[in-house]
Amino acid sequence: MDAHIQVKNLNAYYGNAQALKDINIEIPGKQITVIMGPSGCGKTTLLKTFNRFLELTDGVNITGEVLVDGQNIYEKDIDVTEVRKRVGLLAQRPFPLPMSIYENVAYGMHIHRTKNNRDEYRKAVRHYLEVAGLYEEVKTRLMSPATSLSIGQQQRLCLARGLAVEPEIILGDEPTSALDPISSQHIEGRLLDLKKQYTMVIVTHTLRQAKRLADYVIFMYLGEVVEAGPAKEVFNNPKQERTRAYLEGQF
Amino acid sequence: MKKHWHRRHIIEAIVKTLMMLSFIIVAGSLGLILWTVISRGLPALTWSMLTQTPKGGFYLGKEGGILNAIIGSLYLAGGGTLIALIFSLPIALYLETYLGDSSWGHYVRLALDVLWGIPSIVYGAFGFTVMLSFGLRASLLGGIIALTLLELPIMTRGMDEVIRRMPVDLEQAALALGSTRLEVAARVVTRQMLPGIVTAILLAFGRGIGDAAAVLFTAGFTDRIPTSLMQPVASLPLAVFFQLGMPYPEVQKRAYASALILTIIVLAISLGSRWIAGRLSKYVLK
Repeated sequence: MDAHIQVKNLNAYYGNAQALKDINIEIPGKQITVIMGPSGCGKTTLLKTFNRFLELTDGVNITGEVLVDGQNIYEKDIDVTEVRKRVGLLAQRPFPLPMSIYENVAYGMHIHRTKNNRDEYRKAVRHYLEVAGLYEEVKTRLMSPATSLSIGQQQRLCLARGLAVEPEIILGDEPTSALDPISSQHIEGRLLDLKKQYTMVIVTHTLRQAKRLADYVIFMYLGEVVEAGPAKEVFNNPKQERTRAYLEGQF
Repeated sequence: MKKHWHRRHIIEAIVKTLMMLSFIIVAGSLGLILWTVISRGLPALTWSMLTQTPKGGFYLGKEGGILNAIIGSLYLAGGGTLIALIFSLPIALYLETYLGDSSWGHYVRLALDVLWGIPSIVYGAFGFTVMLSFGLRASLLGGIIALTLLELPIMTRGMDEVIRRMPVDLEQAALALGSTRLEVAARVVTRQMLPGIVTAILLAFGRGIGDAAAVLFTAGFTDRIPTSLMQPVASLPLAVFFQLGMPYPEVQKRAYASALILTIIVLAISLGSRWIAGRLSKYVLK
């Protein structure tokens, strides 16, 4: 397996409570990896270690290594903004920046100075809005406030905004849990389209969504990785008793 | 499903009537105040009132205007608001960043709320005592300091509420795109908070410009427009007060005209602040 993210001996503590227990996993490139498990099992905590977001929470202690392209992102002289540029995040609820639709997408390109002139920005904004499947709905009102969009549109805007930073990896923290079924379908469709170009790691607590999206599955329970493997194997032939119990809906 | 008049429906009707009644009382008082000021002040409001300082015998009904008080009030409230802003923004940021919801933060907010409620004459008397101990006379500087003290709690608490409403997830959204902390503060947080901060500033300015008691001892009163911080200065509320105290009907009419000018300034500021805040908050997350 060609691993894009490698996690080695990772432990995380909230104060004295251990949230992640000695995690060792590899996440394949250009596929959708789904992290599933019951609420409070550490899925989101694990996800947040991939873009150095967990440390934003007060009182968190992290030990171990997370390697992206073979580079440990927890080493001392790592530029955290560069990590977050490479590893994008689609949050649970969309939070547009307090600016126009256009500026939301252009924001990342501005701060990372990836474009040279106005024309390049305009083309890039259009491109990423198209990729996120939003352009047709907003092309006549690019300068309207991002908050004027519906919540489902906002989430697609957040996807476009994240893609515009040109990441290699996209993390999704239950990215459809705040959306209505139609909007969820939109987002899921986009994610499936994007896996040819990006490595994706999606957290979900709905088993059906995991089955629709996953190429590779990580099942967590009480802060541990119980089982990880290709989706077909894990869903059809789980090796662990706890995975089987979860898939059968026992908890 | 026909409606029957049970006890709970009657109670609702009574409470609703009481609510409407209190609204009518409030709206009616406001209308009455405006009507009094306009009907009595407007006939006396002349161009020379706005453009001239008092000439000899102005308070006996002779020539002149209240330009000294208009300029004086703008100086006083402008200076007080500026200094209050310099102090209150750091206090509000410190409150949110380091004290947060701790017990110290609670005490500081309680102290600010108490200060907010203190009658302005107390600030005036306090400022006067401090000035005496420094050997200062009633002056523009003294008035500005008194108004700074009066405006500080209003502005600080206003900003504090704005900063407290800042959604954490918004900062995280910007951080997730690889922003530095400074970029988050300068490009995102400021845009989210600016309308609220502008509103807090103008609210404090409006309170400062309309206050008579705080500047009574500290700023004094004069017919001239001050040219230095150490000279005494006139203010609109005191101009109203002094003219109203004169036994001549012409001067009393001018008092209402002065009140009208003050009201228009305050009205313009609050409408202006609403307009600015509205424009700035177009993009703000609710």
